[in-house]
Amino acid sequence: MGLETADEGRDAAEVGIPPIQRIVVDGEIPPVRVAHQIRNGVSSELEEQFVVKQDFEIPSWAEERMRVESLGVRFGQKEAVKDVSLEVNSGEVLALIGPSGCGKTTLLRSLNKLVDLTPTAVRGGRILLDGKDTDLMDDTLLRKQVGMLFQQPNPFPMSIFDNVAYGLRERGTKRPGKKELEPIVVDALERAGIWAEVSDNLNHPALSLSGGQQQRLCIARSLAVRPEVLLLDEPCSALDPISTAIIEETIVELKSEIAIVIVTHNLQQAERVADKVGFMYLGDLVEYGSVEQVFNAPMAERTKDYVRGDFG
Amino acid sequence: MAAKATRRTRARRPRKRKKITARGTWSIADRLGLLLAWATGIFLCLVAFAITIYLALKGIQYINVEALTTRPEAGADQAETGGFLDPILGTVILTILGAAIATPIGVGIAIWLTEYGRPTSLARFVEAGIEIIVGAPSIVLAIFGLLIFQSSVMSPFSFTAAGGEVFGRSFFAAGAVMSLIALPFVVGGTREALNSIPKHVREASYALGKDQASTIRRVLLPSARSGIATGSTLGMAQIAGDTAVVVVVLGASLQLAPEGSIPVIDVLKGTGSTLTSYVFSNSPAGEGNAPEKAYAAAFVLLSIVIGLNLFVNRLTKRGQHKWD
Amino acid sequence: MSSLTYEATGIPEEVEAEDPTNRRVELVLGALASVVLLFVAGMVIFVFLKGLPSFTSNGFAWFGAGGNVDQQLADIFNSPANPADYVYELRAWPLLWSTFLISGLSVLIATFISVFASIFIVHFAPAPVRKLIEPVVKFLAAVPSVIYGLIGILVIIPWINEVFITEEMAASVAYVIQLDGSSVLAGVMILTLMILPIMIAIIVDSLRAVPRNWREGALALGVNKWRAVRTVSIRAIRPAIVAAAVLATARALGEAIMLAMVTGSIGFAPNPFDGFLFLFEPSRPLAATIVDGAEGLSVAPFGETMYAFAFILIVSTGILSFVGWAARKSLGRYSIGAR
Repeated sequence: MGLETADEGRDAAEVGIPPIQRIVVDGEIPPVRVAHQIRNGVSSELEEQFVVKQDFEIPSWAEERMRVESLGVRFGQKEAVKDVSLEVNSGEVLALIGPSGCGKTTLLRSLNKLVDLTPTAVRGGRILLDGKDTDLMDDTLLRKQVGMLFQQPNPFPMSIFDNVAYGLRERGTKRPGKKELEPIVVDALERAGIWAEVSDNLNHPALSLSGGQQQRLCIARSLAVRPEVLLLDEPCSALDPISTAIIEETIVELKSEIAIVIVTHNLQQAERVADKVGFMYLGDLVEYGSVEQVFNAPMAERTKDYVRGDFG
Repeated sequence: MAAKATRRTRARRPRKRKKITARGTWSIADRLGLLLAWATGIFLCLVAFAITIYLALKGIQYINVEALTTRPEAGADQAETGGFLDPILGTVILTILGAAIATPIGVGIAIWLTEYGRPTSLARFVEAGIEIIVGAPSIVLAIFGLLIFQSSVMSPFSFTAAGGEVFGRSFFAAGAVMSLIALPFVVGGTREALNSIPKHVREASYALGKDQASTIRRVLLPSARSGIATGSTLGMAQIAGDTAVVVVVLGASLQLAPEGSIPVIDVLKGTGSTLTSYVFSNSPAGEGNAPEKAYAAAFVLLSIVIGLNLFVNRLTKRGQHKWD
Repeated sequence: MSSLTYEATGIPEEVEAEDPTNRRVELVLGALASVVLLFVAGMVIFVFLKGLPSFTSNGFAWFGAGGNVDQQLADIFNSPANPADYVYELRAWPLLWSTFLISGLSVLIATFISVFASIFIVHFAPAPVRKLIEPVVKFLAAVPSVIYGLIGILVIIPWINEVFITEEMAASVAYVIQLDGSSVLAGVMILTLMILPIMIAIIVDSLRAVPRNWREGALALGVNKWRAVRTVSIRAIRPAIVAAAVLATARALGEAIMLAMVTGSIGFAPNPFDGFLFLFEPSRPLAATIVDGAEGLSVAPFGETMYAFAFILIVSTGILSFVGWAARKSLGRYSIGAR
């Protein structure tokens, strides 16, 4: 298994930025790789079996969490995602941008197999989580490691505490008691940036919170189960600018512990929070690179047009 | 490595790999819950099949052309004598009569509720009233109907004895009570049909200068026809299946016993029986002890009721895509 | 609504108000609709008045227990012809208890079954099975009650007699009552089946209306599908389940013919302290009593007693139907008169 760079005609050294990296499948299942600890932002040594042939530096804080290999998703006859390959690394935020209907949400929902809920969905290609094929994993196990936030905040009709504790309570085995759950709930609310606002009464119904607070509550709810990856599907599109700013701050704070993928149609938001950007158009991953490169010096014509605002 | 060549090989193949850990994380309670969910679903299907097949087997044995067309006789050996033509006629007459009374009234009420409906509190009360009629036991409606039709005002509608006592039991009386049972269905069906007509149709009619009444008459009602038919047919199915009203208000005489001399009116003024009362009286609960006849009549009754319901299904399917 | 449309198209409001034909039509139809209300009120009042003598003669003891209710009814039926000598004495408790017991048990069991069946239909049934189950439920709703009664009396009762009722059982209560298969159990079994379709229809509708957002949110947290449905959907539709149970109770209370055929024609109050045996004892709820007494309606005091029963029934079903309607309205449903 090798990593190849598909250099689209430019010399990396010339431009001074890492070229686009494509992962090409040559038919072999990669060995299961144990996830390595990240200590102080530095990844430990890679296993010897995993041979890497690369022409550029992987930034030292990037730990590959998920890998998408030639993913294709079809709803009946309509192809929503065509042959997309990319990586999701912890320590960075990957933003998926593109006009409506380009397949970015479908791609996102494939990462936690939520797309399988649609009966007409057919998936091809492979998605790996820490080297393990997600198709071979139980859905619930996968989703405990890959959390998701939705466009419309969707807190359950329960109290704030019950919402955050929900994922932990409904694990399927013994129900932890309230004493056990409390510290975890408080920690999750803190990391989501909403603790200060709800600390006075955790038994308030979650639906009485404002839109921005509800969304942050949903973040806390997802964080409580300690996922490795967090998927955000246009989390701020239904919110006011202030809540949006708070959530973007939270995202930036969280990225050191969790790999984050955010789908957004707001280009400025992508610029603000993302480290890597993938631009999709009509199901194709047209361009994938660092945020500076895609926004300041996009290589594909289409990317250039989109980033400039010629179409949306 | 041929980068372009291998890029598209895997994309189209659908994923069908077996999961390694299938239900590993489900607790006992969860598995039990899922099992119960499946069990109840299968149970319902089995029961429905059992009922149909049992009735069909038991009932078809006794049905032949003779049974359907000869009149029932009060013979000593019930198992041998007579068919059940009269009960069939009784069911048909009662169903049509009940629906005929219920439909105009129900359509009128539905129109008022959807198109006028002022004051709103009155409309809400009327809705509640209809719900109460739906929930009222048919036995109560039956004895109330008897009460009404036994008053001397209603004497033209049934047999009146020499001493002035009104019998109160006749097809008229039963038909009136049955129309109550069918009424909510007609109202519901018409309301749904009227509500599904988009606002712009009404606005177009008003723009042409037509007032509300003629809009309703010329434009809305014709479009609502299938909904009205649905409601009436559902009502008829309810009427056909009801026993309590027949037992109390129809007099349950085995044969049609016309009263008076005017050709059609005499049948309506007289008493009779229907398939439901026939099944009831031929079962061990009634006088007769002819279970075979009961099964046969039950099978015919079930076929009629299911047939009406299937007809409703066809009507609703046809009326569905009209406004696309 | 119509005045709004007139304004939108520029025709002055006065035109609509003055239009005589329209006004007349409106009044006529409005009167027709109001007749419904008058009818309901009239029914309750007339039935009450006709049954009043039975209530006044007994006072509150009407609802109590004491003596053999069948014997009392026979005595009422055999009253002397002189109105002054009419017998009204009645202690209706065995009939009332029978009604509570049979309806209550049926609704309890039906709620349980219908919740599981509805979850199955909406979330777990594979597509071909779902296409099968929906007509099945409609079929069960359409079967007339006399046919349920027929099958009950010719199939279920002999089955209960053979399988459950043993010699010792029958002997142990022989001094009070005969056990022959017609029983509370038979009635409850079939009544449950009859009210299932109503409840399933309402609960399925409300399950389908649970926002997808919530369900996806639960699944996205790694909760398995059954848990997600149980903890989020069912919790969300609790009011609808209650409304369904209320309407099912009204239906159960009003069931006369099937129960008359299947629970036995004895006004007996089964004693739960007999243990499970009490399920096999015969009984007769209010509605079935009226059916049994239908021939005697012309005998004045007997008829009036029957109307007294009818009054109890119409008031209780009326209240339950009203509550059910109000609940469904607040949940956003509108009834088509589905039984």
